[in-house]
Amino acid sequence: MCTYLTTTEQVEGTGLGARGWFPITQAVVYFDHPQEAKVEHALCIDFRAGGGDPSERVSVELDAHSARTLAESILATLAHDEVRALGVE
Amino acid sequence: MPSDRIEAGTITLRSDKGDEIEGYHAFPLEAEPHGGVVVIHHMPGYDWSTKEIARRFASRGYSAVVPNLFYRYAPGASSGDAAAAARAAGGVPDAQCIEDVGGAVKFLRSQKGANGKVGVIGYCSGGRQTYLCACNLDVDAAVVCYGGGIVATPDQLTPERPVAVIDMTKDLRCPMLGLFGAEDASPSPEHVARMEAELQRHHKTYEFHTYENAGHAFFWVERPSYREEAAREGWQRIWEFFGKHLAS
Repeated sequence: MCTYLTTTEQVEGTGLGARGWFPITQAVVYFDHPQEAKVEHALCIDFRAGGGDPSERVSVELDAHSARTLAESILATLAHDEVRALGVE
Repeated sequence: MPSDRIEAGTITLRSDKGDEIEGYHAFPLEAEPHGGVVVIHHMPGYDWSTKEIARRFASRGYSAVVPNLFYRYAPGASSGDAAAAARAAGGVPDAQCIEDVGGAVKFLRSQKGANGKVGVIGYCSGGRQTYLCACNLDVDAAVVCYGGGIVATPDQLTPERPVAVIDMTKDLRCPMLGLFGAEDASPSPEHVARMEAELQRHHKTYEFHTYENAGHAFFWVERPSYREEAAREGWQRIWEFFGKHLAS
């Protein structure tokens, strides 16, 4: 299936692309046919600069289980006492 | 010897509104009267495999063109980058798609050797856009390959896609061939049944085929979704359908 389910988040960060690091302002999350991964559907994230150059992006395509594991890992890391003690959020 | 030489390459197309977009044109070199086919690419992009489909049509004597529906979002970018840019922008608006495909239809009818008959075929999201265009453009035949989202609930409508395509069925202007996988979730067999019911209600000419052991994207050769038997039978249906409706 082609899904139209797309979530776009405004984010702050940097990504490493083919020409070096660049600022990331946008994360586009969707579940659909991947460009490359050998699964029928993948959780895809395009980290984009959001400026004029469409090639300034870092993309990942993960199978559903991997994506869920990654999401849980991110949340667990952010919830860790050492991170919370930094008071960054 | 058969006259099967073809030529293929990138061209500039004009949408119905006059916008310039990129396109890929594949056509037979012998100028016998021939039909035209607009090939609508899938959401992953205006890519190599879609261009190969255009060349396949050309090798069968059709003049085929693929309008790059993502061109405006990233001119000159790779197909993957352009697809990502289009998705980030909310996707291609239906009105813009109709304008671009309308321009491609006019392009084909203006070509040397054109017999005036033009069909549209699309895959995945392009299948939905084929249904959309067949209800809004003057074309002679339409082939919907597992178009998802034709049946849409109100919460699935967006500013870019404000009307459920199935609700346009009364305006369908040409015969339709639909090719589906029994294991597909979008369109599911229930969605296909709803399309059929709507086509029957409006007395439209159509034929639908649903293949067992196939899901979505069974024509896509490079992907795990490829199903040889469904693809082979599907192509045969396409040749028969276009042979009947796009002949001189």
